[in-house]
Amino acid sequence: MRSTQLRSIQSIVLALVVIGLIILALGGYLAPLTRVALGPLISAQTWLFTRYQAIQNVVNSPQDLIRLRQRNSELEVQVSDLQAEIIDLKQQLTETRILSALVDFARVHPENRYVAVSVIGRDPSPFAKYVIMNRGSDDGLRRGMPVVTAQGLVGRITAITAKAGRVQLITDPDSSVNVRLEGSEAQAVLRGSLTGELTLEMIPQSANVQAGDLVLTSGLGGNYPANLLVGQVTTVRGKETDLFKTAAVQPIVDFSNLEILLIIVNFQPIDIEPLIPSPAP
Amino acid sequence: MAALLAVPVLAVLVMIQSAVLSNIPLLHGTTDLVLVALLAWALQKRVRTAWFWAIIGGLLVGYVSALPFGAVLAGYLLAVGLAILLKQRIWQVPILAMLVATFFGTLLVNLVVITALRIVDTPLSFWEAINLVTLPSVLLNLLVAIPFYALFSDLANWLYPEPLET
Repeated sequence: MRSTQLRSIQSIVLALVVIGLIILALGGYLAPLTRVALGPLISAQTWLFTRYQAIQNVVNSPQDLIRLRQRNSELEVQVSDLQAEIIDLKQQLTETRILSALVDFARVHPENRYVAVSVIGRDPSPFAKYVIMNRGSDDGLRRGMPVVTAQGLVGRITAITAKAGRVQLITDPDSSVNVRLEGSEAQAVLRGSLTGELTLEMIPQSANVQAGDLVLTSGLGGNYPANLLVGQVTTVRGKETDLFKTAAVQPIVDFSNLEILLIIVNFQPIDIEPLIPSPAP
Repeated sequence: MAALLAVPVLAVLVMIQSAVLSNIPLLHGTTDLVLVALLAWALQKRVRTAWFWAIIGGLLVGYVSALPFGAVLAGYLLAVGLAILLKQRIWQVPILAMLVATFFGTLLVNLVVITALRIVDTPLSFWEAINLVTLPSVLLNLLVAIPFYALFSDLANWLYPEPLET
């Protein structure tokens, strides 16, 4: 009887303590205590989980590595393809820009008819300044036809086959072009050289030539049409006691970077050799 | 077969020279792949078709180039003659023979071309041509001389295998 009562009192007290703890917990009064008690437990849990993750990575990494390497290879192939496409598109863009400039040039000079050609090589010898083009007599091209770009005069065709041709640049040592100077209207002869530099020769002493004067073809001699832009005078040389002055000319065309040229097909070069009197014996 | 091989091999070299190497000058000189190939071929021990190769090379370059026709051919023939002479003199050190042949061969070809251009009244300063074209060309040719010698040595061994001693 006594033990039953004692047991009942113990149960009631335990229940009251638990209810009290719950009420205190719900009220937030046990927070500091739980914080202190749970801290070590959380640290232990974290340590355990980290170790588990490490072991899991070690077990799974070969599969992940293989998958990553495969994906890397696929992406590298894609990148190479895209880079090749970019290079191709850049090349097309450059060609489009050049052709657009040539079309504009053709519109400005409607009196001429043009055929566009591509440069496919240069003369194998460094002593000759020639380029080789990819069209020939099959496309209506003939020897002597002048060659230009959107910037200005390039040269003329000196040799032709059915499918290709050779263009002598005005920078060739053997080239000579009859020109006039826009400022002073003086006539002169433009010559090339081994180094590719252009020189104006036979400028009359009375001519008022200055740096910056534009040099255009004069049309004399019948080899080139008149008024094609050639370049600009950079320096003038000559003593008063000389017969003629000379001048250096900066060409308007970049001869180291020729890609597409225009051939003037409706210009007929004139052979004036029969008109030149032969010296008396 | 060795003689006929001259046409495609030298034609490819002319194309590479025209399309690629002529756009990579040193000062104003460029590599002459055809000349270096002819010299490398001429210096091979069992080769007897060097003159034929020189004629084919000279004709091909002469056709493509605007230089006076025959100038390049004459230059190549002289250079190959020099190489054959060196082969007999320096046969124990073929690499040295190749370098010497390239040096003097380039000078010879360039001198012949300069002379031909002056004969046709092309205004050309001799010393300017030597300083700005010939000497840089010599240097560029020397750079490719050894690799070309090795290539043509393999070609010669393939076309003219060494006879087995019985």
